[in-house]
Amino acid sequence: MFLEGLREAIELLLSFDRELYGIIGLSLFISLLATLTAGALGVLSGILISVTNFRGKRLLKKLIFTFMGIPPVVLGLVVLLVLAGPLSNMNLLFTRTAMYTAQTLLVYPIITGSIIITSEKTQQKVLETATTLGASRNNKLMLLIAETKPFILLSIILGFSRAISEVGAVMLVGGNIRGETRVMTTFIALNTSMGNYGASIAMGLILLVIAFLIHTTIARFRSDFYD
Amino acid sequence: MKKLVIACMLIAMALTLSACQRKELLLVTTTSVENSGLLEYLLPYFEEEHGVKVRVTAVGTGAALNYGRLGQADVLIVHDEKRELEFMEAGYGEKRAVCMYNDFIFVGPDSLNGQNLENALETLTEQHYFYSRGDNSGTHLRELDLWETHNIDINRFGSRYKETGQSMESTLMMTSFKGYYTLSDRATFLAMNDNLDLTIAYEEPDSLRNDYGLIKVDPSLHNRDDSAADLFYEWMLSKEAKQLILAFTVNDEPLFTPNE
Repeated sequence: MFLEGLREAIELLLSFDRELYGIIGLSLFISLLATLTAGALGVLSGILISVTNFRGKRLLKKLIFTFMGIPPVVLGLVVLLVLAGPLSNMNLLFTRTAMYTAQTLLVYPIITGSIIITSEKTQQKVLETATTLGASRNNKLMLLIAETKPFILLSIILGFSRAISEVGAVMLVGGNIRGETRVMTTFIALNTSMGNYGASIAMGLILLVIAFLIHTTIARFRSDFYD
Repeated sequence: MKKLVIACMLIAMALTLSACQRKELLLVTTTSVENSGLLEYLLPYFEEEHGVKVRVTAVGTGAALNYGRLGQADVLIVHDEKRELEFMEAGYGEKRAVCMYNDFIFVGPDSLNGQNLENALETLTEQHYFYSRGDNSGTHLRELDLWETHNIDINRFGSRYKETGQSMESTLMMTSFKGYYTLSDRATFLAMNDNLDLTIAYEEPDSLRNDYGLIKVDPSLHNRDDSAADLFYEWMLSKEAKQLILAFTVNDEPLFTPNE
């Protein structure tokens, strides 16, 4: 059955079906946009949290770490309730904007959390040395960002992987509407439920290939991650 | 440590034994039968009487028939006459009977005020947003069949026709959130009615009748003991089951009518 599905999958991929490639494009677009938004916000707030001391910092960190592992379907539920309740006048439910919002919220704690962890680790190493060498406050901050840079890329990859592979949130707030909000994961869920294993395998393969290509590209710039 | 291992082994043995004692049956049904609460109400009577444990998986009709083909089900309850007959003709099923029925209804924010079905369909196409299941389920195929038999091109909807590709429950929730229209089986709609902001927009029980087929999968497709499947098949068509089905109501409304 798997082999039969695999054959069907290859045929489907070679047929350059417009709907299929439209779905792939939409998936990449939304997940990328969400990751970039969450990345910009997450890196900034992550570093900010790591260098400042304030009351409730421990609690805030605990909360962020907790939300790093929130099941997408739970987050989807929250976004759904907000869009169908207080914000119902904006008519955002079952739109691409809703999917983008949910994925951004999903990825934000992942990026922020990992930045906090790595930034605090580098702080201990770097700042002591920098202080003894007489660096100013601004110098130290710039130094910190420079030292955290490799981990920024890594945390963004983590975030993107989470965004493109999750199904629960986009299904709930996007509605899996054909030609509008159907993405790779909801396509797989639908076709598996219909017994169209070939289509599901095809899309699953593409998802894996995309992940592999991303890592191949990154490896060109940062081979130290993969050596 | 030793005690713990022994305790685990005893528990495992007890579980295996209790599983062996009772016959099992793999029932794959369309979601409306399971999620309406009918099986939860009906099955204990059968299980009690015959000492059989019924394991239920609820999926769409297309997927249910597929599980049957793969020998991953003993008995099916589905609702798509055409594909059921194809299934039987291809030799996947040992026997089939219509065990009960209800009807499909159009639901939406308001009544369609249709004098007849054709009229209602016209109004829908001309004026309203419509969520189609779009998942090859029995309900989806019936909906497509309705447009076709009434010579309505769904392209006339333009972008007001949308496919959700999701279950009846999810599609009903989406329809309710958006104030659109959709086609639903009566059982699922009534079972969920309290959570929906929808009303019956058009009904015509005779021409929109929804038959549920009971199919016993050909035992040569799997290696399980299928005596429980025979018991269940006969029981579902018995007088006792019919009376129970008739007595099953949600908010005082019967959801299924046993077939005579």
